[in-house]
Amino acid sequence: MHKQISFGKKVIYLIPSVVLLLIFFVGPVVLSLYFSFTNMALTGSNASSLRFIGLENYKHMISDPTVKKAIINTLVFMVGSVAGQTLLGFGFAYMMRSCHKKVRKVVGSIIMIGWIMPEMVAAFCMSSLFHDSGTLNMILEGLGISGVSWLYTFPMAAVIIANVWRGTAFSMLAYQAALDDVPSDIEESSKLDGANLAKKIYYIILPTIKNTIMTNTMLITLMTLGSFGLIWIMTGGGPSGKTQTLPILMYIKAFKNSQLGYGVAISIISLVVGVIFGVFYIKAAGKED
Amino acid sequence: MKRKRKLALIVNTVMIIMAVMWLLPMLWMFMASVDPSANVFTKLPSGITMQNFASVLKSHTNQMSFLNSLFLSFGVAILVIICSGLAGYALSRYEMKYKKSFLMTVLFMSSLPGTVLIVPVYRMFVTLKLNDSLGGIILFMAATTLPYSLWMMKNFMDSVPLYLEEAASVDGAGTWQRIRRIVVPLMIPGTFCVAIQAFIGAWGNFMVPFILLKSAGKYPAAVTMYQYIGMWDISYGELTAFSILYAVPVLFLYVLGQNYMSKGFSMSGAGKG
Repeated sequence: MHKQISFGKKVIYLIPSVVLLLIFFVGPVVLSLYFSFTNMALTGSNASSLRFIGLENYKHMISDPTVKKAIINTLVFMVGSVAGQTLLGFGFAYMMRSCHKKVRKVVGSIIMIGWIMPEMVAAFCMSSLFHDSGTLNMILEGLGISGVSWLYTFPMAAVIIANVWRGTAFSMLAYQAALDDVPSDIEESSKLDGANLAKKIYYIILPTIKNTIMTNTMLITLMTLGSFGLIWIMTGGGPSGKTQTLPILMYIKAFKNSQLGYGVAISIISLVVGVIFGVFYIKAAGKED
Repeated sequence: MKRKRKLALIVNTVMIIMAVMWLLPMLWMFMASVDPSANVFTKLPSGITMQNFASVLKSHTNQMSFLNSLFLSFGVAILVIICSGLAGYALSRYEMKYKKSFLMTVLFMSSLPGTVLIVPVYRMFVTLKLNDSLGGIILFMAATTLPYSLWMMKNFMDSVPLYLEEAASVDGAGTWQRIRRIVVPLMIPGTFCVAIQAFIGAWGNFMVPFILLKSAGKYPAAVTMYQYIGMWDISYGELTAFSILYAVPVLFLYVLGQNYMSKGFSMSGAGKG
């Protein structure tokens, strides 16, 4: 093995990372805890005189109906995205095992594009799809169905679909890798025993990929929790706050209404949820090793 | 046998239908970008023109925004590679106190959404005079990317066989020489992968520059495009052309990264023979 190297020498390698993370990651986390107890503002007299106001922001938050609505919206957005991405991601991964090699390659690439392309481009494509005179309504009209104003009537469904469209590739990759671990001999013998698809998935596949389902769900939750751009570009949180999730509300309060302290307090909700799910995630990921 | 073929036919058909649906939002983008009379719905172009691309590329604002995006993404990728390369090496090769808890903390940080930190970062940047600066954005984006990159880098390092290094060590090579001669060449695929992921992430990031930048001259492509979308009179032809020009580099990088990945696996045979 290596010569004995002193702890100090080993630590030198870590210094750049640790410094960067301490200043620009851990620092902001600590600051956000502190700022959430202040009246910090973007402009006006409070911008220069930062004052400690204790639990004022949190008290205000509890009685603020927009916060309550944002929490519900975030939950709906998260649950919808997790459900859609898991079903489609697993569905694609499962079908890819028995489809033609070329089909697998082409379809896989098409789905990946949505994931790799910049958020801005994806959001632009999706809002055009759902536009009043966009492609979706054009197709519906062709089928003799009169279209609706999607982004106005079903804004939440539209942003969830957009998010699923973008994120399915991520789940698909995870499930593809997990399905490789399903023991093929057991799968074959289940076929001989006459097990149908539902039984096969329930008794043989699900137990094998249980951990992947767990970690994937955690990661989708964490990713959608911080999702800002897609919703902001498609609906701006509207109409009348129907797609206002926590990051959108945080942005509006902090930068549009210039209540930075209150905006930080709102982001603390996301942070706490993130910490809880993050702990679950490392527990689940630790099991995989 | 017959049943199996029927099943395969159904699966293939379902897959193709799904893929066409998946393609629908993008199909519009491609058609509209070469259409002289592009609109918000999908239609066959009334003619093929490169005019949309030409006018996007001619604009000084757009040129600047692409350059800004390049600068940001390269900055983030390089910073991330330096930090995660050094740390990943030490974490992979050395026994250290608290190593496990450090790695768990890093993994935990990689799962936290960086967007929730944007308000305190904004305020911090005002104090540090880093607001409205591309350098500041690079530092913040690198910090939020680093936990994941570090984790990946450590795993890549773990897959480079230790005995190659030991052999070099026996031959009298020092640590730095070992890193340069053995670890770096074997690590190039992994490093490229981490760099490409950091680059793609920074290239696509909208929220961070949107909130932290004020001067239009510093806007990266994401924010410039957002400005165009917000305009009353949208030129769909030009905007779709912009989208393609903005999306293609990262799609290309992704393909490149995949090639590196497969090469990386074949290089694990370096210890044999």
